[in-house]
Amino acid sequence: MATKIGAPMTPAQDKSGGLSKEEVLRYSRHLIMPEVGMEGQLKLKKAKVLCIGTGGLGAPLGLYLAAAGVGRIGLVDFDVVDFTNLQRQVLFGTSDVGRPKITAAADRLRNLNPEIQIDTFETHLSSENALDILKDYDIVVDGTDNFPTRYLVNDACVLLGKPNVYGSIFRFEGQITVFGYPGGPCYRCLYPEPPPPGLVPSCAEGGVLGVLPGIVGTIQAAETLKLIIGKGEPLVGRLLLFDALGMKFRELKLRKNPDCPVCGEHRILTKLIDYAEFCGVRGEEAPTTVTNIPEITPRELKSRLDRGDDLFILDVREPHEYQICNLQGHLIPLGELSRRVHELDSSREIVAHCRSGKRSAEAVQFLRNAGFKKIWNLKGGILAWSDEVDSSVPKY
Amino acid sequence: MAVKVIIPTPLRAYAGKQESVEVQAGTVAEALTALTGKFGDLKKHLFSDDGRLRSFVNVYVNDEDIRYLQKDQTKLREGDTISIVPSIAGGATN
Repeated sequence: MATKIGAPMTPAQDKSGGLSKEEVLRYSRHLIMPEVGMEGQLKLKKAKVLCIGTGGLGAPLGLYLAAAGVGRIGLVDFDVVDFTNLQRQVLFGTSDVGRPKITAAADRLRNLNPEIQIDTFETHLSSENALDILKDYDIVVDGTDNFPTRYLVNDACVLLGKPNVYGSIFRFEGQITVFGYPGGPCYRCLYPEPPPPGLVPSCAEGGVLGVLPGIVGTIQAAETLKLIIGKGEPLVGRLLLFDALGMKFRELKLRKNPDCPVCGEHRILTKLIDYAEFCGVRGEEAPTTVTNIPEITPRELKSRLDRGDDLFILDVREPHEYQICNLQGHLIPLGELSRRVHELDSSREIVAHCRSGKRSAEAVQFLRNAGFKKIWNLKGGILAWSDEVDSSVPKY
Repeated sequence: MAVKVIIPTPLRAYAGKQESVEVQAGTVAEALTALTGKFGDLKKHLFSDDGRLRSFVNVYVNDEDIRYLQKDQTKLREGDTISIVPSIAGGATN
């Protein structure tokens, strides 16, 4: 049981907060740079970072934090890996489809770095559990995809006094900053209120260039590592805008709002609220915002078409969606309907559809208000048509 | 004064798909009026029914938030860049 003279006593050193021989080797490219060094690497090892979301932003973030040796990484997600995730969520492989994201992510990160601790929270972050989940971590990184959770994460971070490394993306544009830093602004300083649900870009206008969350999430990882090692200029009080198409970065000044309801001088929010109500939504997947719309199911439509009924199919999606799949309907994107309504014959029976039935419900309501009487919404859209009538129609 | 207004991605659909638009204006209010005059569909995305700038849309002159300048009465100089920066939430699954 002799110990070689001069050799590090690995277990003892590890317990005292040092690095094992394996860790020295693993992190050697950090250790030889003065900005990190042994001191910085030990800070990383002691650090506890919570990643909210393991999707597009969470994937590169988790990978780089784990690789860098952040000692404890918490992951919060409730979702299951699906095929549409693989275009950008590089934590997951094809064989992970159908697995809980949290399990697949933890496996991947543990394989990348078995020296660190991965905590998993397979849950929706909510006003009830947020403070309890966040309280054990030093830094929170927001990689969520919806306004209610973003306001929840912000408020919880402000209440707990934790920095919130923020990134958000849309198509090919990203916004990155650090909120909740001592003396710095918070998300509500920047945007006191969320957009009303009707004004956020619809699924037709959404989409994201796969590499964009990679870039934005990697910037979030860089800011997180800088906060931990205490080097460089943190992205505090600055909003970084990134445009992948123009390949341009711009920086805007971000000020702490003295009237901010959660971090201002006369704060009125001292506990978490109902964020779904605050954002005017009851969950992201509300099937339709329009009520009392006459509907037809895909099977009913199929049997009527098979009978030879004279039905006019109106497709209110965008042209690039029509190229993916279509029911040979007449294409008028929802946004153009008001000025192209003359293309429709109100004496004919019309069935409107979109991808999932949401936009076409709006179209049906609009047309009913315009005097169309014989009009139905295809329930569940072309997705339901694929599920219930013709599985050769691709889903997207 | 000729100034450039940078249109953010989510609003480009309502601004002729352009990345930026040049307008003649002496103040931010005039610039936004000129912009929504050219592109009527933008109006409801920038202003609420009572004509106030929406609280999820921030406007910057160069790198400064107009809320900390003279708001929409902020004076413009030749060559200034106005940025419209709405909140976006995307990140994980959708």
